[in-house]
Formats: sequence, structure tokens, C-alpha cells
Amino acid sequence: MHKVAVILRKEWSEVFKNRLVLGTVAFMPLMLTALPLVLLGVTGTEGGLGDVGTSDMPASFARLCEGLSGSECAQYFFVTEFLLLYMLMPLMIPVTIAAYSIVGEKSTRTLEPLLATPITTVELLAGKGLAAALPAIAATWLSFGVFAVGARLLGVGPGLQAKLVDPMWLTAIFLVGPLLAVASVSFAVMISSRVNEPRVAEQLSGLVVLPLMALFFGQVSGLILLNSSLVLWMALGLLVLDAGLLAFAVQLFQRESILTRWK
Amino acid sequence: MIVTERLSKSFGKLQAVQDLDLRVEAGEVFGFLGPNGAGKTTTVRMLSGLIGPTSGRAWVAGCEVGKQDGDLRRKVGILTESPGLYDRLSAERNLGFFADLYEVSDIAVQVEHYLRLLGLWDRRHEPVGGFSKGMRQKLAIARAMLHEPQVVFLDEPTSALDPEAARLVREFIGELKQEGRAIFLCTHNLDEADRLCDRVAVFRTRLLALDTPAALRRQLFGRSVVFHLREIAPAYLACLQALPAVRAVEAVDRRLVVSLEDPERDNPRLIRALVEAGAEIQFVGELKRTLEDVYLRLLEQSDTGKPS
Repeated sequence: MHKVAVILRKEWSEVFKNRLVLGTVAFMPLMLTALPLVLLGVTGTEGGLGDVGTSDMPASFARLCEGLSGSECAQYFFVTEFLLLYMLMPLMIPVTIAAYSIVGEKSTRTLEPLLATPITTVELLAGKGLAAALPAIAATWLSFGVFAVGARLLGVGPGLQAKLVDPMWLTAIFLVGPLLAVASVSFAVMISSRVNEPRVAEQLSGLVVLPLMALFFGQVSGLILLNSSLVLWMALGLLVLDAGLLAFAVQLFQRESILTRWK
Repeated sequence: MIVTERLSKSFGKLQAVQDLDLRVEAGEVFGFLGPNGAGKTTTVRMLSGLIGPTSGRAWVAGCEVGKQDGDLRRKVGILTESPGLYDRLSAERNLGFFADLYEVSDIAVQVEHYLRLLGLWDRRHEPVGGFSKGMRQKLAIARAMLHEPQVVFLDEPTSALDPEAARLVREFIGELKQEGRAIFLCTHNLDEADRLCDRVAVFRTRLLALDTPAALRRQLFGRSVVFHLREIAPAYLACLQALPAVRAVEAVDRRLVVSLEDPERDNPRLIRALVEAGAEIQFVGELKRTLEDVYLRLLEQSDTGKPS
């Protein structure tokens, strides 16, 4: 465990000196926190959306609006779209960090001296994985906290405030988020084991957002309805997926093939 | 400290190392010489527990390669072909990180010791990205020594260094030898290998020769004496060729290069024979063969299939 912490500290002290990585890690949470708050601010407090009634909302979504006024339901509908975008953070931030941290070791030729130390592959990947995942999870949670407090400060009605910290949101942020981060790191490790350029690794690893974007557009178009049970199923599915991806990523990260085939 | 038995490594159809048998003792500087692509790096990677052999066995500092690699890596230090340092981190942070991974007990003391020893202490807080090639090389050498390894693999340790720094590193290698460590030195600098190494191996996929530099010179070239004459005549060559002590004679410009078993014993007879044949001798000296001569001869023999 000590060596995992050693790798973690080194990664953070090095990776966060890279302005590109730092910019990505800082920009996404700021943007994804500001946008829903701006939306809530623009649509105003109760009644701000005018004469919207729950009957104006998609029937399947209206069922989630129990206890909310029509305009609150509309606001809830809009910010729920952002819940999925919040999930971009635990997906994208680790990809950026992991791509630079693993492929970067190869391109700067630091991997061989590192592998020559008595560190195990699991310790190395755990250190690098946590270094990539933890900032993403922290950024997601912090952004959500700022959003929840911001919504209250903007004077959002108590009914909507309660909805924003309901089991669906909490499960999504505190359970699905970390699971997505693990999936993202595993995917980035797999890609990084096969390419030599950090930017190529980052771009290829970025494909990990496609399922989430499909979910987002499915929800926007009304094909999919994000609710507590769907979020829970997502968590379960991710748990299984993470186990498989992690095992595969460790399998792919073979010292010998990395040292002898990476050029 | 290092023992290999028919150690081999192949990558698919490519045979990188074939049936390598060698033994390196504690307190020995062992030169591992060979052209690019000869399999030197693959050998070092096997012996430092980075990759496993395809066949054969090897033991380094008492640990069997491929079976006790974790323990082995604790006992060996390696200077890789490229220094491989974290450019955004300071020199001190770079060494501290590796010392931590090598489970060094007093990290600060060890880091300071090697930074001072290699003349980098005053630059310890600076990011390594701003260091010269030589400074980076010295820092990488310090990194290889942090955990006080019993066996040290050095790949081209003086390649990027100015003469002063190269001398410092050579003296440092001498100190490591005095401390009883085994030094496995890969270098293309044959003059340096000649000066530093107790024994050298010339290697190209397989071992071509292994002995002390002096013994290899003797085996391949014997000893040669050069006679500088005022002028050359065929009779001079003939009179020398008639002597039983002479193994070979070659005329080069106004010089005769003569291969002998024992110049101290045979030179007076050769001089007498030449004078009696009418030669006017200006100088006599021994032709010093270099390790480069040995190396090139061995590779040439390997190319032509002649036994070494």
C-alpha cells in the first residue's frame, strides 16, 4: 500500500504541473457546475417558466414530479439532463490524467527505471489509477456540492431542492460516478498499453464517453427516462464491467511486452 | 554475483540472446561489449529482472532470474540507456521518489549523499528538465545507487559526459568496485572498457570471447614489435622470416611489424639478424594492440565464421 501512495504522490506532483492536464481537470467541473446554475438562475424561482404545468411535460417524466409545480418540474427536467453531463467528469478527467501518466512514462523513457524497482504491476497500476480517478471523483462530488448549495442560494423551491438530493441523484453522484471513473481508468490503461502518444491515448480513450452520450441523447429525445431504478441498474452493470475491465487492463499491461514492443 | 547457464531469449523468430554462459564475481568490473542490436540490452533486462529468459537459467545476487524477480530488483541497480527522469520534478524529488520505491530506510540521507557525491547538491531544487545531458546522466547514476545494490548494471555511463564528468564517473565506478560490488558495464567506449574492466565479454547474440583485455590481445594478436628502418629491402623480411621465433612479418612503409611470442627474449636475435642483413635500424618499439583491435577482429571472425 505504501508504494501505491508513493506513486500517487509522484503522479500528482508531476501530472498537475502539466498545464494541459490541469486545464482539463479544472475546466470541465467549472463548466458543468456553472451551466445548470445559470439555467436555474435564468428560469428563475417558482413560476419563472411562466405557465408551464406538469401536464406539459413528457408523461413518463411527469410521474417523477410528484409534489412539484409545473415550472419546478420543467426545471427539474432540464437539470436532470445535466446529471448525465456530470457523469462526464468521472469519465473524461481520468482519461486525460491516465493517458499522460502512463503513455507519458513511455515517451519520456521513465518506464524502464520505474519497472526496474521492486514495485509490482498491481501496485503501479493501482497508484496510477487512483491518481487519475481520485481527482475526477473529488471534482464530481465538489461540483455537485457547489451545485446543490448554489441552487439553494438561487432560491429554488424546497420541493425541487429535495429532488436534487434524492436517491437517484445521490446514487448517480456517489456510486455511479466512482464506478465510471474506474471504468475510464481501466479503459485508458488498456489504450495506453497499445499506443505511444499521450494525445492519441487521450483521444482514443475519449471513446469511453460514447455510451454516456447515447444515454444523454436518449433521455433528451424521450427514449430513455433516467430514474432511480435505471441509475441503480447502471451502477450494478458498471460494477461487473469494472471488474472485467480492471482484470483485462492488468492483463494487457505486461512489463515485458511494454518494454520490448513499445517503440 | 552473476551466473548464467545457457541463458537465451528470443522474440518470436528473432533470437536475441543465445546460450550465454558467464560468471561475474563481487568486486569485478565486467565489460559487456557488442555492436548495436547485439542483445546487450536484452541481456541486461533479463539479469535485472525486467524480462524473463526463454530458456536457460541465471542467478543475480543469489536470486534466480524469472523466479525471484521482486527480490532481485531490490539487489540490483540499473542505469538504463536513456536516463529516464521526470523532467517536471526536481533532482531531489526524482531521487526521493525512487528511494521510496526501493524501500530505502533513510531517504533524505541517501539522496543527499549521492547528490553531493556526483556534484548535483547545489542544483537539487531545480526541475530536471533544465539539466544538461551530463547532469541528467549523473542523476540517473545516483538513482541506480540509492538502495546500495550489490550488482550494478551501467549502460553507457559516460556517453553524454564531458571529460571531467566522465573521469568523475570512472572514479566512482572504481569506488564501487572497491566496495565489493559487481559492475556490469555495457559500453561502446572501448578505451574506457580497457581501462576500467577486469574482464570483458564480446557479444553478438552469442558470446564471441570472454577474458581480460590483456589476455584477449595476446590470444588474438600475440605480441608485435615494430622496427623502423631507413629503407626496406626484401632481404630484411626474408632474414626475419627464417627465424623460428617469428610468427609473422609485415612490411608497412619503412616499418617491419613482427609478431613474436616473447619480445624480451627474441628482440636481440632479430636486431642482430637485421643488422647482419644490412638494415639500418632507426627505432624499435612494441606495437600496442588496443581493445578496439580485439573487438573488431572478433566481429570480423564472427562475420567470416572463423573460430574466435
